Amino acid sequence: MVDLILSIYEIPVINILVKIVVILVPLLLTVAYFTYAERKVIGYMQVRIGPNRVGPRGWLQPIADAMKLMFKEIIFPSGANKVLFTIAPTLAISTALAAWAVIPFGAEMVLADINVALLYILAMTSVGVYGVILAGWASNSKYAIMSTLRTAAQVVSYEIAMGFALVGVVMAARSLNIGDIVAGQSGSIWGWYMWPLLPLFVIYFISGVAETNRAPFDVAEGESEIVAGFHVEYSGILFAIFFLAEYANMILISIIAALLFMGGWLSPFQGVEFLGLGSSFLAASSIVWLLSKTAIFMFLFLWFRATFPRYRYDQIMRLGWKVFIPVTIVWIYVIGIMYYAELAPWFLRDK
Amino acid sequence: METIVFYVFSAFMILSALMVITVHNPVRAAFFLVLTFFASAAVWLLLEAEFLAIILIIVYVGAVMVLFLFVVMMLDINLTELKKGFVKNLPLAVIAALAMFALIYMVVGGEQFGIEKFAVPERHAADYSNVSALGQLLYTEYVYSFEIAAVILLVGIVAAISLTLRRRPNTRHQKIEEQVAVKGTDRLQVVKVEPQPRKHQIVNSEGGK
Repeated sequence: MVDLILSIYEIPVINILVKIVVILVPLLLTVAYFTYAERKVIGYMQVRIGPNRVGPRGWLQPIADAMKLMFKEIIFPSGANKVLFTIAPTLAISTALAAWAVIPFGAEMVLADINVALLYILAMTSVGVYGVILAGWASNSKYAIMSTLRTAAQVVSYEIAMGFALVGVVMAARSLNIGDIVAGQSGSIWGWYMWPLLPLFVIYFISGVAETNRAPFDVAEGESEIVAGFHVEYSGILFAIFFLAEYANMILISIIAALLFMGGWLSPFQGVEFLGLGSSFLAASSIVWLLSKTAIFMFLFLWFRATFPRYRYDQIMRLGWKVFIPVTIVWIYVIGIMYYAELAPWFLRDK
Repeated sequence: METIVFYVFSAFMILSALMVITVHNPVRAAFFLVLTFFASAAVWLLLEAEFLAIILIIVYVGAVMVLFLFVVMMLDINLTELKKGFVKNLPLAVIAALAMFALIYMVVGGEQFGIEKFAVPERHAADYSNVSALGQLLYTEYVYSFEIAAVILLVGIVAAISLTLRRRPNTRHQKIEEQVAVKGTDRLQVVKVEPQPRKHQIVNSEGGK
């Protein structure tokens, strides 16, 4: 019996499908409980309790929400383009999930170990905006089209800053492969790229918040201005899919930040003499390190939302074009200088 | 297997390219153009040009077409206006199309290519990196053409900005530098008020304090 299962697992297609399930099921569960965490965290920050009715301490709340959305009626607005109206959320979720194909979870734990992984992720996140654009246009609603125009301008602006921030990482690591980028950060916590690339790190994460249309950059769904933005006409499962895509993208941005700037699965205590930490079990590379680093960034998303008021539209444009892009370009030159200076431990020539 | 994938994506590409020029609604035409880019990226991937394929998606699908759609969605296009003059302009259009086709055929026609003229390109191993090969060529052998292309693009950017830049000093707009430079003391004045002796005992809701 075990042999049979193993031989079935050896078939390439089955093998890949199993790996996809192993990545996607925990991801979707994380998305569900990320929404719960968001409501709880923001609740406590605002001195409320948050959801606490469904199940013990409200733990079943995301399940109840998912059930409710699944059984709600899907309403098509009159004059809406039905085909595009249903394709839009599909496009949003498929690009949000497709990017996870190249995310490594350990030195060998990756579904598709491709050389251009970083570019692939950039491509997938930039295509994701089509979900929003299609939804806004197909809805035949003025609020939705307003949101579409805002999103298109915002995402295109911040993609440039994000791309430049990633160029810095590629320069430092001399590779587009995420496994190689993580391997280039070995050593203790000081080997991580967040130190020499600190401005790029900050810009990457803020651009990531803007790319996912989250507060304080949530002009795409500014509920006090344009109701709910691009998904104002969506209900039921189609709305739930947009929701899912947004949260999957937030987790994606977080895990990429952890991989590229904070050493991924490498331990911060690797090779540290102090208190013998370097030889203890804490120094081992592990997926636990990767996930805890990711959780830090996921928490930051929630913290931002509870703390900052929404940016004004012209402020968003100014920040993207006049602050972030010049800073990233300058820092690319700084990286070149650091290469010439052979700044240890990141820019050694023989590394 | 590879041949099937090639034909599927080529068929997709040609069909969606046809739809771009035949569909009436400009927004749908733009979406079909996006599909065309996707299919051609897939064909490039089959040619082991993974860098170019992904750059095609990032640049054209992710940025150029978004801006295209941005403009097309804001236009108020009257479809009947567009269809006017179709028959009248048809002969001219056919001539122009034939001339274009002839030119393209002369450059990339069947006589220029073929297995008997060129050696069959060799397959690279799985660890072959198209990115580093391109980088090596671009920054060594073709560095001048690369830099000339960059300068031309820069000129294009400057030209586009200077064409659209209009200074309108009479409009009311925010000067961000001044807003950022403002200090608390510029806007807020704290005045010390001497306490006045009370003449009457005031009894109201705040009387308890």
